Amino acid sequence: MLLEAPFTEKKIRALKVGDRVEISGLIFTGRDAAHKYLHDGGKPPVDLTDSIVYHCGPVVVREKGKWVVKAAGPTTSIREEPFQGPLMEQYKIRGVIGKGGMGPKTLEYCRKVGAVYFHAVGGAAQVLARKVVEVTGVHMADEFGSPEAIWEFRVERFPVVVTMDSHGNSLHEQVMKASQLKLAGGR
Amino acid sequence: METKLLQNNLLELIRRTSAELPADVVQAIERGARKETKDSTASYALDVIRDNIVLAKDASQPICQDTGTVIVYADLPSWCDERTFVGAFEKATAQATKKGYLRQNSVDSVTGRNSGNNLGPGSPSFHIHQGRGKSLRVRLILKGGGCENVSCQYSLPDTRLDAGRDLDGVYKCLMDATFQAQGKGCGPGILGVCIGGDRGAGYLAAKEALFRTLGDVNEDKALARLEKRVLSDGNNLGIGPMGFGGATTLLGVKITHRNRVPASFFVSVAYMCWAFRRQGFMLSESGKITRWLY
Repeated sequence: MLLEAPFTEKKIRALKVGDRVEISGLIFTGRDAAHKYLHDGGKPPVDLTDSIVYHCGPVVVREKGKWVVKAAGPTTSIREEPFQGPLMEQYKIRGVIGKGGMGPKTLEYCRKVGAVYFHAVGGAAQVLARKVVEVTGVHMADEFGSPEAIWEFRVERFPVVVTMDSHGNSLHEQVMKASQLKLAGGR
Repeated sequence: METKLLQNNLLELIRRTSAELPADVVQAIERGARKETKDSTASYALDVIRDNIVLAKDASQPICQDTGTVIVYADLPSWCDERTFVGAFEKATAQATKKGYLRQNSVDSVTGRNSGNNLGPGSPSFHIHQGRGKSLRVRLILKGGGCENVSCQYSLPDTRLDAGRDLDGVYKCLMDATFQAQGKGCGPGILGVCIGGDRGAGYLAAKEALFRTLGDVNEDKALARLEKRVLSDGNNLGIGPMGFGGATTLLGVKITHRNRVPASFFVSVAYMCWAFRRQGFMLSESGKITRWLY
């Protein structure tokens, strides 16, 4: 199904674990440095209201005066677990794209705030880079370095799977529990 | 050989490693895709992965944006000294970064500053040996942070796992490592494993085990059986690609061993993601690549 900007709470609350979604609109990258900066009270350089934040450290090069994304897959999200929920609440961030899923704290904030976790396929840097049709800006590149900078990506039909929804469901929790039972059974 | 020619060949090795998966890995992913239920989330993930492999190769772009630690193994013939090799490889690395084959991926651990060209203390990670042949053998793995972060080391006995100092104990460690990685290491994954050694040697040998091709059968019969068992039981955990649930959790298990001191028994696991960027070549003195290794 398609999900187009603006990413309103109503659209996000309609999503369920397992939904395959294609996102179109403006999204922002942010990873360890950006999350720590915001959590420590830093002023966001972009408007995060009803936004989607992408856990990604892309390869971006300058070609003919324009930024071109060469590779842009997701990075492991769990590192942002301490920060993500409170930031979702503070700025009304409606979605996070990443890989590997997040923990119970973020899941609880998803329910409370009306936000979801979108899982992109890890390592699929080329498939995903091609969905970035334009780089409209970059922030804090000097302070954080290129992979950690906040990049503004205009994406078209960016493919993800909802693995944590705003109703308390997490595919990661389900798979973890099922595999734990099998592991215990095998012993 | 002229240094410039050596440098160009090494640049081509980096490009190829970053953009093209070796045939054995592609085949293992294809086999996995055939096992998954049609229209499942697992099958969807493997379809995206397969598309990505084709796109990266066609466009000569990184398969994954995390081009990882540049792990270099070189066996030097008499015509190539270590300083020449390291200098040429460093120049090739900086050039590969400029061209976008490698991400700016080397960060000063104290100041947090990114060197911007993938050079710095420990970057690239060089492992250089004196070779016996006439050719220069260079082997390369690009290992991303996601999979490196779920790599792990056990000290046996381990009461949590009920794992003793025998192959059954090792089995329990490897099943636990597979379980703990879940979707975080970008599975389906490959386990490079070392039984024994000290902590440092164990991790190093576990990484070196990843240079074996996925189809290769361990010469040690007991270890061959253990590899097969962990591969099969690991897949039966149902974790699946990306941890979405499914039949393909592991693509391979490669186990080696090192002697240990009586007091220690380590099991070291180097977890590698599906984007298993491993390549190598044999280079003649005249500067000709005579063979690609994978």
